[in-house]
Amino acid sequence: MSARNREALALLPSALLVTAGFAAIFLKRDAFLSDASLTYGGVFLALCLVGHLVVRFTAPNADPYLFPLVAVLACFGLVELYRIDESFARLQAQWFVVGLGLFAVTMVMLKDLHLLERYRYTIAFGSILLLILPRLPGIGGASNGAYLSINVGPLSFQAAEFAKIGIVIFLASYLRDTRQVLIHGGRRFLGMSFPPLRHFGPLLAIWGVAMMLLIFIRDLGSSVMFFGAFLALLYVATGKKRFPVIGLGAFALGAYVVGGRVGHVQDRVEAWRHPFDPELFQQTGGSAQLAQSLFAQADGGLFGRGFGQAEIGLTDQNGVIGTTLLPAAKNDLIYSLITNETGLLGATAILLAYLLIINRGFRVATLARDPFSKLLATGLTSVFALQVFVIVGGVTKVIPLTGVTLPFISYGGSSIMANFVLLALLMRLSEDARRPT
Amino acid sequence: MNSSIRNLFVLFVVLFGVLVAFTSRWTVFEDKGLRTDALNNRDVIRASRVPRGKILAADGTVLARSKSVKSRDTGNRYYQRVYPQGSLYAATVGFSDQTLGQQAGLERSQNDFLSGKAVKLATAVNKLIQGDQRGDDVRTTLEPSVMKAAVQGLNGRAGSVVALEPKTGKVLAMVTVPSYDPDDLIAGGDAAKSEAYRKTLKNGALLSRATQFPYVPGSTFKVVTTAAALDSGKYTPDTLVNGANNQTFSSVPLGNFGGEDPGMVTVRQALVQSVNGAFGNIAVDLGGRALQTAMEKFGFDSRPPLDLPEDQVRRSGILRKDKLIKAYSKYVDLARTGIGQDKLGVTPLQMAMVVSAVANDGKLMKPHLVDRVTDADGRVQEQVEPETYKQAMKASTAASLRSMMANVVDEGTGAQANLGTGVKVGGKTGTAELGNVTAGINNLWFIGFAPVEDPKVAVAVIVEKSAGQGGQVAAPIAKTVIQSALDAGAGR
Repeated sequence: MSARNREALALLPSALLVTAGFAAIFLKRDAFLSDASLTYGGVFLALCLVGHLVVRFTAPNADPYLFPLVAVLACFGLVELYRIDESFARLQAQWFVVGLGLFAVTMVMLKDLHLLERYRYTIAFGSILLLILPRLPGIGGASNGAYLSINVGPLSFQAAEFAKIGIVIFLASYLRDTRQVLIHGGRRFLGMSFPPLRHFGPLLAIWGVAMMLLIFIRDLGSSVMFFGAFLALLYVATGKKRFPVIGLGAFALGAYVVGGRVGHVQDRVEAWRHPFDPELFQQTGGSAQLAQSLFAQADGGLFGRGFGQAEIGLTDQNGVIGTTLLPAAKNDLIYSLITNETGLLGATAILLAYLLIINRGFRVATLARDPFSKLLATGLTSVFALQVFVIVGGVTKVIPLTGVTLPFISYGGSSIMANFVLLALLMRLSEDARRPT
Repeated sequence: MNSSIRNLFVLFVVLFGVLVAFTSRWTVFEDKGLRTDALNNRDVIRASRVPRGKILAADGTVLARSKSVKSRDTGNRYYQRVYPQGSLYAATVGFSDQTLGQQAGLERSQNDFLSGKAVKLATAVNKLIQGDQRGDDVRTTLEPSVMKAAVQGLNGRAGSVVALEPKTGKVLAMVTVPSYDPDDLIAGGDAAKSEAYRKTLKNGALLSRATQFPYVPGSTFKVVTTAAALDSGKYTPDTLVNGANNQTFSSVPLGNFGGEDPGMVTVRQALVQSVNGAFGNIAVDLGGRALQTAMEKFGFDSRPPLDLPEDQVRRSGILRKDKLIKAYSKYVDLARTGIGQDKLGVTPLQMAMVVSAVANDGKLMKPHLVDRVTDADGRVQEQVEPETYKQAMKASTAASLRSMMANVVDEGTGAQANLGTGVKVGGKTGTAELGNVTAGINNLWFIGFAPVEDPKVAVAVIVEKSAGQGGQVAAPIAKTVIQSALDAGAGR
């Protein structure tokens, strides 16, 4: 069977899943089955088929599993969003249309990825600008103390979602140039050889940028994401473990020094250490989010409560949600909601789906035929994987909780669009790698 | 490069393994602690969608029920608790606040039944078929007429009344004044209103005095001392004891009431006239260990096995720095303990248990508030049967005490408990000093039972900080409570 036919077949289960998921929620809510569940399933399948056709025409040899895996995650997210509030699901569905459009545009327009290499400094500059913009008065805005979004009129735009792609492109092309120098190095110091300062400088600069992110946007999560992707690329580019190890040490040191001084980061660390402290729990921006996340997971147990059965808030006589049990259930804490409703098994399935995407992503990297493509595929996959780790690790108390989205599942236009672009880039890389010569 | 990429993948597999491990930790391994965390109110909120069962008085009077409330915007239906009897039953029935996730009293201790969590198989099948989910009804042993008589007797004065059925352990009345109105406390789920109401409550109104307040029992405790004396075999009701005024115990003279000096008295006379000097001598003669044993047989030092939440039922005994110590401890003034003063801290429930044991041939029944639990269709899920808790004394000792206590009402300090109907009452008065004797403000007690020949009700009454003696203030209250209990058919 050809790659594309396999892909088409694999899309069917996710359409079935979305139909079944909506059906379950309708049954819970109204005790009857509305045809809307079929409508959602049908529309979702149609969207997937459009995406599939785009791939069929622009990248016929690309990896057949990436797109269906993304579809499964997206449909899971859609069902959960519908369960929180119908309007979220409708908007999210619209964002999927936009995201798919962006996916198609990227697939059609960007036939040669090496084009990106030429504009790497422009891309790098643009990305850093994107990251700084939220801090500017007038258009920036803090949410939960972190500066992550750009607000223009009614639209809110998550800058870091797009910046992560730009920065990975820049790093991949930069490291392709300098990797030889970094490997063969110049001076020896403490029994290790170090590259000349001229080449080492930019690496220090990147560390500096990560620290700056921590100070300016006050977000540990994004800086872990960016710097982690950088270290992953550095390791793959040089094949030497000592670079990422030193980098990790430098980051930890910097985070310790800087993080201890930036109030917001400090609060997050405190909440992480003592989520059930009643005082921290009551505080605004305290530990309630994390504590509720853990309560929700405990409520789910092994098998979960079932779709639509988690407690996310209580409406009082006036229909106002008086007690929000699960804050930010639609974006930051959606993993907790999924665990609550589908249990440890459902949550593990989601993580497994992500791991499969990551596996396919690294497979693209190993199959790629030139260093830039290899590094780009590695970088994109790593930043994607780190994003999942940062948010899931945050809500499960592995690391302090910071607000990044769960790719393809969380509500949010920027996240959906950026991740579809990321997917398009991976598919393009895959096509280049697997095209018969 | 490819080997590095593979290593990188392995690293991510490990990292995701950590994520799965932590998710398992919260969902499976440490879920119990999280589910019961005080900050986590998911269970209570979930319960607000299921109508809780009713809490009923013995005659079917509704004490607590669920009212369906429909939210205007979402149309979601949820249930709120309503307490038609106001504050009268609050200290015992408690409350269940769905919004704040707080519960007290029977609402808490019987939550599994009321919320429909504890289901028998037959009902479970039925529920599945009907798809109808609702909690079970809890019918209490409380008699509304007795409750009313008690609260009217207290007439706004702080205090408590507990009435038991000696043969079964049924709690016929359990009244605490002051108390709170559960409807105002819940305030329709309005946290700010609820908080404001809480601020208006004073003098421990949120607590149940009947089971949570440690009072000095005064002379009512002489019943326990007498039981210890008769059980020891060293005393009979006719044994002569020195009851002189101002005998020295622990190097301080102990005065009799009114400074009377009857000289040598029988144990019976000592109890009837409440002669302090005589009981001081008896307690010292018996010694700390014997008194301790007697107290424990009445249930002192243990939590009374009442079906309220454990933290709402206090242990009675000798209190030093808020901890219970034994009667033979060096800190105990034995003579003054024997007359019910010194460091004794006793709940009205405990004193009711003491008199109930006397009334039931020394057999102390397990006190209980729940009579039975029925499901929505009236099927009995649980029927509470009488159960012996302890043998507090010999049956012969109990018989002697009954006759002596009948004398107390006939010719002694408890005359005002006399029903005047030919039905004989037995009892014992108490006037517990609060430190300042000259002010004449004391805690006034009466414990009693009736009819003497075949007791059907046992009662303990305390009125806080009042002028006069137990015989003048508490005994008349006991009289009306006993009368109403007999009228309500207690003990049938």
